[in-house]
Amino acid sequence: MKTNGADDKTYLGIPLYRPRVAFFEFTSCEGCQLQILNNEGTLLDFLSLVEVVAFREAMTEKSDDYEIAFIEGSITRDDEVERLKKIRKKAKVLVALGSCACFGGVNQLKNRFHDLIAVNKMVYGEHPVNSGLVRPLCDIVKVDMQIFGCPVKKEEVEKIVINLALGKSIVLPKYPVCMECKANENICLFEQGEPCLGPITRAGCDSWCPNNKAGCWGCRGPADDANVEQMKKVMKDLGFSDETIMDRLECFGGFQTDEKNGQR
Amino acid sequence: MKKTVSVDVKHLSRVEGHGNINIKIKNGKLLEAKWQVIETPRFFEAILVGKKWDNAPWLTSRICGICSIGHMLASIRAVENAFGITPDEQTTKLRLLLKHMETLQSHILHLCFLALPDFMHAGSIFPLIRSHGDIVLLAARMKQLANDACDCIGGRRLHPTRTVVGGFTALPDKKDLASLSERLAASLADLMTLADIFRGLNIPDFERETEFVSLKGAGDYPFIGGDLRSSDNVEMKEHEYRKMTNEYMTEQSTSKWCRLSRNSFAVGALARLNNNFEFLHPTARELARSFDLVPLNHNPFMNNIAQLVECVHVVSDSIALIDHLLSSEFTAPRQEVISKSGIGVAAVEVPRGILYHCYEFDDNGRIVKADCVIPTGQNHANIQLDLEALAKDYAARGSDDRELELLASMLVRAYDPCISCSVH
Repeated sequence: MKTNGADDKTYLGIPLYRPRVAFFEFTSCEGCQLQILNNEGTLLDFLSLVEVVAFREAMTEKSDDYEIAFIEGSITRDDEVERLKKIRKKAKVLVALGSCACFGGVNQLKNRFHDLIAVNKMVYGEHPVNSGLVRPLCDIVKVDMQIFGCPVKKEEVEKIVINLALGKSIVLPKYPVCMECKANENICLFEQGEPCLGPITRAGCDSWCPNNKAGCWGCRGPADDANVEQMKKVMKDLGFSDETIMDRLECFGGFQTDEKNGQR
Repeated sequence: MKKTVSVDVKHLSRVEGHGNINIKIKNGKLLEAKWQVIETPRFFEAILVGKKWDNAPWLTSRICGICSIGHMLASIRAVENAFGITPDEQTTKLRLLLKHMETLQSHILHLCFLALPDFMHAGSIFPLIRSHGDIVLLAARMKQLANDACDCIGGRRLHPTRTVVGGFTALPDKKDLASLSERLAASLADLMTLADIFRGLNIPDFERETEFVSLKGAGDYPFIGGDLRSSDNVEMKEHEYRKMTNEYMTEQSTSKWCRLSRNSFAVGALARLNNNFEFLHPTARELARSFDLVPLNHNPFMNNIAQLVECVHVVSDSIALIDHLLSSEFTAPRQEVISKSGIGVAAVEVPRGILYHCYEFDDNGRIVKADCVIPTGQNHANIQLDLEALAKDYAARGSDDRELELLASMLVRAYDPCISCSVH
């Protein structure tokens, strides 16, 4: 493998390989990419670990020669399908960055209306705009790795990139947000009358929302072996309406795809 | 010298979202100058239909990755206006403080990470890490301060967690607010250094007479709610926003366009400053004067400087807000919310200009109809007309492709467009 630049870093005396990394975005708010710039304290260290060769939101220089592609956003148009396939051909590792890329994110709430022409008309009247069903990346190409969250947690992205650079394996938590929340010694939000999907949502965010007294909306999708049906029953017994439970389960698309495919 | 020039920028870099610039000049005559928006829409206004009121702020903050706090605050205000809820003083002050910190974060991101590289002949901030390390560190320091403040008050810098209809789920620690105040006071020196850097830059000399739309200040430089005004003397109430924006569709854009008294108008830092100069903090006003930035300034490139001036304003005002918050006992973070049918409108000044959210609710507090009018959507027509005027100037003068490409890109960037937001 070639090495990049004169200031190569070493780890335990072994020269570190700086992977060539590209960032791309499809239908999204581009917030997950901004999260990359949002950890100013470690940004420079982070950038010394990889060679960013394309990142349109932050830089004009660009190269098509990359190994890792981080892709934010869901797919809603044919030209996006083509662009995504091209990226797949070039990238050794394709990473879905954030809930839109992994599950369709909040965008997929559009899909709950079966008549997309009427949806188009609702917003654009007599001037419809080209847009189809909202799809996650894995509906179109092989996805090598998923980084969940709306938004993604920068610390988790950094950890994953460090492990990629070191060639270490990447293990995502299988347990739910509820475990992290307990470890953080938060008072359970159920006790405070707040709906929360913490018991069934995949951990890794350090119970970001519950730490702030906001119930979990399941943006990271289901934890392994999440018992969604039992969760519905528990929440119903606690007095939450079916509508409140459904609002949370369908919000980011992680649980719907789970129900549809049996797994993700 | 009559020249033939062609500019074809596909997916303009260092802006949020996807837009193209096409300019064709043949033998010194302008054939075409086009600002094209090709972003894929997400249909937020449809997504909201049928959803209960508490979903609206959570979902609409996802319209934008840069100004998610502004969207959330606009959404909350629209719901509260519909239900007849008036936030108490503590909530009002905390929301404004949070808003200020987002303004600071967004303006620094734009000024240093997105706009500055053009003036320094670089493609991004990354090469500047070596050549101008001190500037990059200053930018990172300012951005981190603003982001830390957003974490402290809103729970999270992006897609905040604590902001809800009725107030906040949790209040910041007073110790954290006090240390924030100290950091803010210290940051004023950094902002003055940044001002010196910008003073040394060659801001393009280009003017086109424009109508400017913003909130109308009533004693304060306005950010959250109030009357609307334009520099062509149009004044309206917040709930009359539709008459202030007049959205329409155009072939060259997946975002709607807007107009008022003329074929286009501008919103954003320059519009706010032009319309509310007298309400700026004295230090900010003095800084504006030192750049000859006084109303009415019609140079869109000066939006950069207006953002810098606003950074000084929001930092100064935040220190005063924190002083006030620290001098009184905190009361309950949120009030009870009782939903009812009705329509609520909110106008909030977000970093890129005035943002409107409007929801209609049924008896069960479910959204029947939703409408969001985004600042960049209001700016697209103005960007188009500026681009035409700029290209015409250059066609007459005669310059090469690269020079015009850079200048046209800088013009669009000066508006700090948030394109995916405008299409939403």
